[in-house]
Amino acid sequence: MNRTCSLAVIGAGPAGMAAARAARDAGADVTVIDDNAAAGGQAYRDLQANAASRPGAMTVLGDDYGQGRALLERFQSCGATIMTGAGVWSVEPGGTVHVVDHAGVGQVQARRVIIAAGAMERPVPIPGWTLPGVITLGAAQTVLKSPGLVPDGRTVIAGCGPLLYLAAMQLLDAGADIAAILDTTRPGHRRAALAHLPGTLLNAAPLRKGLKWRRALKRSGVPFIPDAYGIRAHGTEALETVVYGTGGQHQTVAADTLLLHAGIVPSHHLAALAGCRLQWDGMQAAWHTVADDWGATTVDTIGVAGDCAAIGGAELAVQSGRLAGLDAAYRLGFLDRAARDRAGSSVLRMIRRQRPLRRFLDSYFRPPDEFLMPPDDDTIVCRCEDVTAGAVRQAAALGAPGPNQTKAFTRAGMGPCQGRMCAATVAHLIAEVQNRPVSGIDPLRARPPLKPLTVGQMAASAE
Amino acid sequence: MQAAFDVIVVGGGLVGAAIAYGLARQHRARTLLLDEGDIALRASRGNFGLVWVQGKGRGFPAYTRWTMASADAWPAFSEEIEDATGIDADYDRPGGVDLAFDAAELHDLATGMHDIRSGLNGRDYPFDVLDQRGLKNIFPHVGDGVAGGIHCPHDGVANPLRLLQALHAGFARSGGTYVARCPVASVQPQPSGVRVRTGQGDYSGATLVLAAGLGTTGLAAQAGMTVPLHPNRGQLMVTEPMPAMLGLPTVNVRQTREGSFLIGYTSEDAGLPTETTQAGLGAIARRAVTAFPFLAGVRIVRTWAALRIMSPDGFPIYARAPDHPHIVAAACHSGVTLAAMHASRLPDWIVGAEDAPDLSAFSSERFDVPTAA
Amino acid sequence: MFRRLPSTAPRVEIFVDGRAITARSGDTVAAALLADGQNWTREAANAGTRRGPYCLIGHCHECLVEIDGQPGQHACLVTVRDGMRVVRTRRMEDGT
Repeated sequence: MNRTCSLAVIGAGPAGMAAARAARDAGADVTVIDDNAAAGGQAYRDLQANAASRPGAMTVLGDDYGQGRALLERFQSCGATIMTGAGVWSVEPGGTVHVVDHAGVGQVQARRVIIAAGAMERPVPIPGWTLPGVITLGAAQTVLKSPGLVPDGRTVIAGCGPLLYLAAMQLLDAGADIAAILDTTRPGHRRAALAHLPGTLLNAAPLRKGLKWRRALKRSGVPFIPDAYGIRAHGTEALETVVYGTGGQHQTVAADTLLLHAGIVPSHHLAALAGCRLQWDGMQAAWHTVADDWGATTVDTIGVAGDCAAIGGAELAVQSGRLAGLDAAYRLGFLDRAARDRAGSSVLRMIRRQRPLRRFLDSYFRPPDEFLMPPDDDTIVCRCEDVTAGAVRQAAALGAPGPNQTKAFTRAGMGPCQGRMCAATVAHLIAEVQNRPVSGIDPLRARPPLKPLTVGQMAASAE
Repeated sequence: MQAAFDVIVVGGGLVGAAIAYGLARQHRARTLLLDEGDIALRASRGNFGLVWVQGKGRGFPAYTRWTMASADAWPAFSEEIEDATGIDADYDRPGGVDLAFDAAELHDLATGMHDIRSGLNGRDYPFDVLDQRGLKNIFPHVGDGVAGGIHCPHDGVANPLRLLQALHAGFARSGGTYVARCPVASVQPQPSGVRVRTGQGDYSGATLVLAAGLGTTGLAAQAGMTVPLHPNRGQLMVTEPMPAMLGLPTVNVRQTREGSFLIGYTSEDAGLPTETTQAGLGAIARRAVTAFPFLAGVRIVRTWAALRIMSPDGFPIYARAPDHPHIVAAACHSGVTLAAMHASRLPDWIVGAEDAPDLSAFSSERFDVPTAA
Repeated sequence: MFRRLPSTAPRVEIFVDGRAITARSGDTVAAALLADGQNWTREAANAGTRRGPYCLIGHCHECLVEIDGQPGQHACLVTVRDGMRVVRTRRMEDGT
């Protein structure tokens, strides 16, 4: 599977597809690598298969989903080499992308790499979140898109974020039995967000959509609990009940499935591994990759695009992908600078118009502190190694200066997920114990392999 | 001046933390331990975890003796620190094996061991040279590509990360003061003591111990000391836990108490980068699969690289500043093996206790002698 | 658990810990398990408690299973093939 090309794009979601196409149109030879079975990313997951064979799913998933078809078709006809079912386990700053698929390991050697790895849902470390039956809301949406699964039995949705209302509507439409929606949006955060409201009026359509979903949910008759807090999952072998607080009272609801959500955060691990600088975004409560408007990172050969650079959603990801693709074409000598700027100027304006809306949403839906810093010491924060919040607090109390030392002391972040699930929580806990701002805490160093690999595959990889 | 301490130790890695722990616990010294931030070179976090005797000190018998003394002190040291902190450093001494992949390598290893033994003037130094069949008795899963090995009953293992945590916890419990994110900008010898300038203010102490890894060279120079050190990169990997397959550790592969295989290591003069490389990881993976073919199907969880702290001859440096005897430097790459000495006998030497060991062989003056070309 | 929306995708048989289950062509292994009422993919190494898929998009690594002899495969990313053999990750017994 070894190959060389001008540009390697990691991720065939909205940003990766747009980046590949923009660079292809300028004449670059492009290889796109994605670990899913088909292109589309999370936004347009299995769109073509659904459109061909499951019209029911298309109705449930709505117009925004269907709109990805044109993008997918343009991508597939643009002439890029597409490798699906291939995981990227390491990226070197020199442009070597290490890949593993069912056939084995290989390398794509590129002169430039665009990382368009998308987002992941922010982990929600509540007591009991490791019980089978507790999954993310996005996970439920993922299997609803493909292969068309709906939670069966009593389902509770808990958390906050614009996706909460949309996904809840989709699940209701698909016939899910939603026992309660526990909305953890904090009144204080809602008020703080108002400061960002004026700028969003230029671009109010998404807000109107969100309000429409929220109203529809409230009208649906599903128990909708605003200002919910103290959410815990209980059960012996699997989820049995969800406990929550509301207005000073604790309530218990029987549940077969709990869907957690607290917004999405950039999937920055590949960029970090390649040596790109990360920066803490206090508003988002997440790290993002430092990059300019064109997605150029602090590493010469590496660009980022889409949600993996900064959360913006599918439409914005397409635009930022185009910019990164144009910039790659310019840096690789397929476009001159003026041509890049001409092609990108309207896109840049469009992206700048969106920023106030992002700030409003980040502020309005900021996760409650109980999701960022689990108050209960028994709560597991590192799922791979079963490390609790209490163990991390203890290491922090010993003076550990950051997540890399607490990893050495507690094993938090040492497992196969490479800290994807716990790094931000650990940083918050250290900040809490040592009374420091999270922004001053170094991110966890990423270590290869970012995808599972055997010793035999590693031995074969450098032969 | 923020505070006056009996001793200031610069460096919170395995060497500095062991010394600071020993000073605070054994000598009741008011000790300040200054450490770097979270992203430091921190060789201690990349260690393979051998408490190792064989092969150590060829041509330098003082180092062989020091190593053996530490290996012999480890059982009591590990109990003591567990009693003090509740942290089990996973110490075990089942003996160990250095594998040879061909006959010439086996011959070289055996010659080296005989040299070391003869340097000890009759002191007991047990080891066996194993052929392929002897090796199979110890490791039923060893591959046919291994020619033999050296078995030494003195060798053992410990978990370096637990050890580091235990030393920090033990230091805190002995009343030590730990300040992290506090790189030292300058060292200023005073008539009766020393002042260090840091990003978090100045500190003064009667004695200063420089155990800052590769950073020791620059700080020691400010006290008029020559401590020549260079980085040597080692790359390692660790696998998922598996059922017990290896009873003894080898230099290339060992199985931890949790069942993971640690696979080492490269030895590269590559400057300061601590990134792993494909060539390095591929090479150690191939060697591991040659040694134990079943490893081919075992999943890697993580890979990393760290920098060994190497002196010109590879042996430790323990040195006093010629004009400031209350300023000392300690640098080596055997922070786990020597931890038992660093936490007991080295502090005796630092404070000038009556029965302090003679460590003059480890002075950096040995590098002043011009060597024949 | 999960139920399946009406689908015309062909049926596929896979084996989970030796037991045959029916999946549909295009399913990921994780989706096939969930649709079959199987909510777990591994036993936690330390706690020994069962864990199921959490994110279903390759980040959480809770769904690593052995597929056709290859360990450490993401059940949420690998698509089923007829006759595929899936072995869930068991906790290591102490001292074995």
